[in-house]
Amino acid sequence: MMDPPSLKLVLEGVVKSFGSHVVLSSIDLAVGEREVICLIGTSGSGKSTLLRCVNLLEPIDDGRILLDGVDISEPGLAADPIRRRIGMVFQSFNLFPHMSVLDNISIGPRKVLRRPVAEARAAAGELLTRLGLAERADAYPDQLSGGQQQRVAIARSLAMQPEIMLLDEITSALDPELVGEVLDVVRDLKRDGMTMLIATHEMAFAREIADRVCFLHDGRILEQGPPDRILDAPTEPRTQQFLQRVVKAGRL
Amino acid sequence: MSPRSSRSADRRARDITPTPKRRLTRREVYERRQHRRSAAIAATSTIVVIAAVVVLVPRASGWERVERSFFNGEVFRDTFPDLLDAFRLDVKIFVWSVPCIFVLALAIAVARNTRNPALFPLRLFSAVYVDVFRGIPVILTIYLIGFGVPGLGIERPWNSPLLWGSVALILAYSAYVSEVFRAGIESVHESQRAAARSLGMSSGQTMRTIVLPQALRRVVPPLMNDFISLQKDVALVSLIGPVEILRRAGIEKARFANFTPYVGAAVIFLAVTIPMTRLADFLLARQRRRTSGTVVG
Repeated sequence: MMDPPSLKLVLEGVVKSFGSHVVLSSIDLAVGEREVICLIGTSGSGKSTLLRCVNLLEPIDDGRILLDGVDISEPGLAADPIRRRIGMVFQSFNLFPHMSVLDNISIGPRKVLRRPVAEARAAAGELLTRLGLAERADAYPDQLSGGQQQRVAIARSLAMQPEIMLLDEITSALDPELVGEVLDVVRDLKRDGMTMLIATHEMAFAREIADRVCFLHDGRILEQGPPDRILDAPTEPRTQQFLQRVVKAGRL
Repeated sequence: MSPRSSRSADRRARDITPTPKRRLTRREVYERRQHRRSAAIAATSTIVVIAAVVVLVPRASGWERVERSFFNGEVFRDTFPDLLDAFRLDVKIFVWSVPCIFVLALAIAVARNTRNPALFPLRLFSAVYVDVFRGIPVILTIYLIGFGVPGLGIERPWNSPLLWGSVALILAYSAYVSEVFRAGIESVHESQRAAARSLGMSSGQTMRTIVLPQALRRVVPPLMNDFISLQKDVALVSLIGPVEILRRAGIEKARFANFTPYVGAAVIFLAVTIPMTRLADFLLARQRRRTSGTVVG
């Protein structure tokens, strides 16, 4: 990147626990405009919770989350107008099974942004064409393959024209041969300059797409930096251990 | 829609008429033998049971008396039109009660799911309401409201037992049906809410456009159960006055000194409730076909 990019999202000392179980013990993270950050770490290291907190699906216990410099984590703040600026894609797609693909994508703009039905559907149709799913517009989610469902879920988020996207292990529920088509969509988003926070187990993909990789362990960011440095020459023993296990599992 | 349905029609046609030229697979041979076997067993056992009933029941010592007083063809012919006429009142009560129950029950179910602290009194009220009306036999509710409220000295026509009998049914059934709705609402996975909220929908929008449509579809069969038993319980309103089918059957029974009118009434109820059940099954099956890729078993 050229000039010091302006900061899109800042987390300051974010703490989150469920009961006595501390999930995020103190997270500091600054995400620049158009920056793509990959969060890696074992299951239970807090990646998903971190993303859910940023989207205000989980209230945080302490610390602050700033979006464009504005504190969005303040208790009592109306969350709906903030959430519509942040897109989220889930590991298990979470498409609405009672709606056609086209309605899944157009429902957000219709209900939240009050777009007329015809306009919202036309825009949804364009998104589907872009993702190569135009002919599945009238299908229901259960009639699609996992990869198609996840692409629809991405389109559903994009329809709200979010300023930042949170991707929560979006390929973890997919068969290996379907992973590629979903990652292609993410590559396109990166090319379009979307700011993204990505929790992933796909290390090769993280290396390719991330501007920065953060290794989470026990609710902390233990190590972060450019992908080549973190993935090839980690300094923290925990990161080294984690990556060794990943290599053994054949995922690097 | 049409390519799908024609595809499934193709599949069905294939199942029924296998091409004669093609050699059958081992599985097909096996399944045909199994199919023939179970058809034979079912037919035999049905014939045995029916024969036993037809042969044995008339041999019971009291059969002639029962036949005369319950299955009297003449009395049946004479009373059936009147019963049918009286049944129209049952249908009317049912028809105006169902929408009221639907709306009231849905409101209660949604109220019980609110997390807004300002609405806590509403939540408390609906919980108490359900406890009270589920805990009282329907017939008692009908007596208490049907006799009690008009006793307040309300002017005609607002003191009609028909009105208050219906109100009692609506109150009692709304409690049952709201529990069905509530179970349906709770069966929609939390991740659906998360997805809707992440788009920026409010909790009300999420409830209306995402949760309720899924919940309502899931509760169609239990809902139909409740409405079928409502169709039968409408007859209880007769206990506070209105001459509907049960009451009419009682009158005819007294006139002919014969129980056949009750059998006639039962036949009329079955003629309505059985198609209702089949309709519910059909709607559910169609729903499943439409939204899922493959239907298992």
